[in-house]
Amino acid sequence: MEKIGVFVCHCGSNIKGNVDTAAVVEQISHVDGVAMAVEYPYMCAEAGQAMIRNAITEHGLTGVVVAACSPRMHEATFRKAAERAGLNSYMVEIANIREQCSWVHRDTVSATKKAVALARAAVAKVHRNTPLHPGESSVTKRALVVGGGIAGIQAALDIAEAGFEVTIVETTPSIGGKMAQLDKTFPTLDCSACILTPKMVDAAGHDNIAIHTYSEIEKVEGFVGNFTVSIRKKARSVDMDKCTGCGDCWAKCPVKRVPSEFDSGLCNRTAIYTPFAQAVPNVPVIDRTNCVKFKTGRCGLCRTVCQPGAIDFDQQDEIITENFGAVVLATGYDTISLDKFGEYAYHDSPDVLTALEFERMTNAAGPTDGRIVRMSDGHKPKSITFIQCVGSRDITNRGKTYCSKICCMYTAKQAILIKDKYPDVDVQVFYIDVRTPGKNFDEFYRRAAEEYGVKYIKGQVGKVVNVGDTLHIQAVDMLEGRHMDIQTDMIILATAIQPSATAKTTAGMFSSSVDQNHFMTEAHPKLRPVESHTAGVFLAGCGQGPKDIPETVAQASAAAAKVIGLLVKDKLMTNPCTAATDEDLCNNCGLCGNVCPYGAITYESKLTASVNNALCQGCGACVVTCPSGAMDLHGFTNRQLMAEVDAICK
Amino acid sequence: MHSNHTKNELLAISGADIDRCMKCGRCSASCPSHQAMDIRPHQFVSYAADGRVDALLECNSLWQCLSCFACIQRCPRDVKPAQLIEAARLMVIRQQGENYIDPDEIPGLLNNDVPQQLLVSAFRKYRK
Repeated sequence: MEKIGVFVCHCGSNIKGNVDTAAVVEQISHVDGVAMAVEYPYMCAEAGQAMIRNAITEHGLTGVVVAACSPRMHEATFRKAAERAGLNSYMVEIANIREQCSWVHRDTVSATKKAVALARAAVAKVHRNTPLHPGESSVTKRALVVGGGIAGIQAALDIAEAGFEVTIVETTPSIGGKMAQLDKTFPTLDCSACILTPKMVDAAGHDNIAIHTYSEIEKVEGFVGNFTVSIRKKARSVDMDKCTGCGDCWAKCPVKRVPSEFDSGLCNRTAIYTPFAQAVPNVPVIDRTNCVKFKTGRCGLCRTVCQPGAIDFDQQDEIITENFGAVVLATGYDTISLDKFGEYAYHDSPDVLTALEFERMTNAAGPTDGRIVRMSDGHKPKSITFIQCVGSRDITNRGKTYCSKICCMYTAKQAILIKDKYPDVDVQVFYIDVRTPGKNFDEFYRRAAEEYGVKYIKGQVGKVVNVGDTLHIQAVDMLEGRHMDIQTDMIILATAIQPSATAKTTAGMFSSSVDQNHFMTEAHPKLRPVESHTAGVFLAGCGQGPKDIPETVAQASAAAAKVIGLLVKDKLMTNPCTAATDEDLCNNCGLCGNVCPYGAITYESKLTASVNNALCQGCGACVVTCPSGAMDLHGFTNRQLMAEVDAICK
Repeated sequence: MHSNHTKNELLAISGADIDRCMKCGRCSASCPSHQAMDIRPHQFVSYAADGRVDALLECNSLWQCLSCFACIQRCPRDVKPAQLIEAARLMVIRQQGENYIDPDEIPGLLNNDVPQQLLVSAFRKYRK
């Protein structure tokens, strides 16, 4: 005979305010198998948990139902309490009478009725619960970091410093990411490269860090603690061991007109190149689509001049397979295309730049040696106009619905940089709202306006026309209600940012999800901000959402802490709620294997499907797919679920 | 006190969602007729939100809007100011109770070089 205890929580007034908890206790106490039922203001408090523990001992309870908040909040708490009193933790069920009753129903009568029904369903389920025992799986004490920008570098350094091996995989020829392209950083105006390159060098020289640049994730198998990842190392056409990074090859390369990705297309690079002077590793790659040797078979000048003989035209892509216990996804961002924003004349005038292009222009190592000039005629501009929110906060199919977050601050920074170099240049900013929350951020923006005399105009630009050697702007000053027809020499667009093109496919390979904008989704927006929905996969940087450098570094270190917390464990407890086949019913049709997202189902015996408990995540897809009802999920069996439905319908 | 009835009528005819407006002014900044307008497209949205529909029905802007739809095309919030203006024009015409052009005459006026939208908008405008 089952002896079930029911514990009804008030959650202060959160539940009691709209559910008659006394009535729930009264009605549930008459249900078959219920040995006792009580209510208490805060079941999750130590006194509430003690109440559960004591009841288990005193009444010899065989099952526990806690009618309280969502199981996402406190299921683990109550299971632990039961375990301490010697009851198997899987004999505890939660009836969610807060989120599903008191918070969502207006009147107490119907909220109470539903609370009783849910409590009855939980009791019915406990009747059919069986004790379950988690298994154990091993932990490979190595981490993978996907993306070699500041987020990936910071996460890798933190993990490596804790004593674990880390592999960074980066698609471009060098680590450094977007931060390497920036001139100065807000709100302190320190040089971006000066604070980044030491970290790049640290990462490259660290005994625990291996860096694969010009590489991509090819295939992912496994699960938390035991990922097996294939990495495609694209053919560099240069032997990394022999190359000294002397630069003779790119000095001689006859192909000189490939737009430089690093310099945002403001100048050209050669076909054999390193993206920038401080590249890590300082080994060039041959861009085979533009190389004359690969296009026509003739040339080979780089090989002729290379003293160490590092050039290897026959090099092939190499696929290496490594095991990891944890993964950090730090795939970063790109700016959106401006093809749909013809009104800003970006494609009509070389003097209309994106902010990232301007970063290269104002950088002393950039194509103009830091001089701010019009790309059309090389002259110094007399007036420069910034346009904010280009494609951000735009709900049409042209832009992105979200605020790109970093633009208000980098616009203030770029305006200050201009005024610092050329105080005589007129600088104005067209904004919709200036959003600068953050430590010393608003002060920084106000300095731009107050100390440097940057003119801020509330209103959006409607149209830019390239007329001869000036840009004509049509706009509205919303505060004065004045229409503006003005001329300017240079325009800088605060273009919306979006996740890198690889974010969605990379997340997919790790069974992790992305949102409607292809940003990677965190497990909980407030309480689990650096974890993905997949155990062992963590998130850092702009791949998860727009953020600036301080936030990115903080998130990367947080992700690293999570990784370290995982890797220090020798064994991981596995979820016992996995699927299992009834061999008498299974006819080996193969449907379950097709729907399993984790590759946990095999048909090795040729007679029935078998589930690998280490891979199974208990999603239940196979159970609903199985036509013969042979699949069942421990802890959520068909019998348990039907008993719940029956109890609710009573 | 402004008439809510008229505000709802204006919104119903226009199909414009004025609550989405974040007051960036790009509609008026894009308008080629802004100089001739007493109430400009972005103000049209604010007037409608405030329920000051009578002022809109009497303003000169109704007959200056070219129906070029630049404001609709450029609006980042999909508010559709030109549809508000069009709705206000319709309300004026409906109050006057008669049409300048008999709808039966329209097929005869159609011409491959003339956008049909222009024709429809134009004959309403010059009714006044």
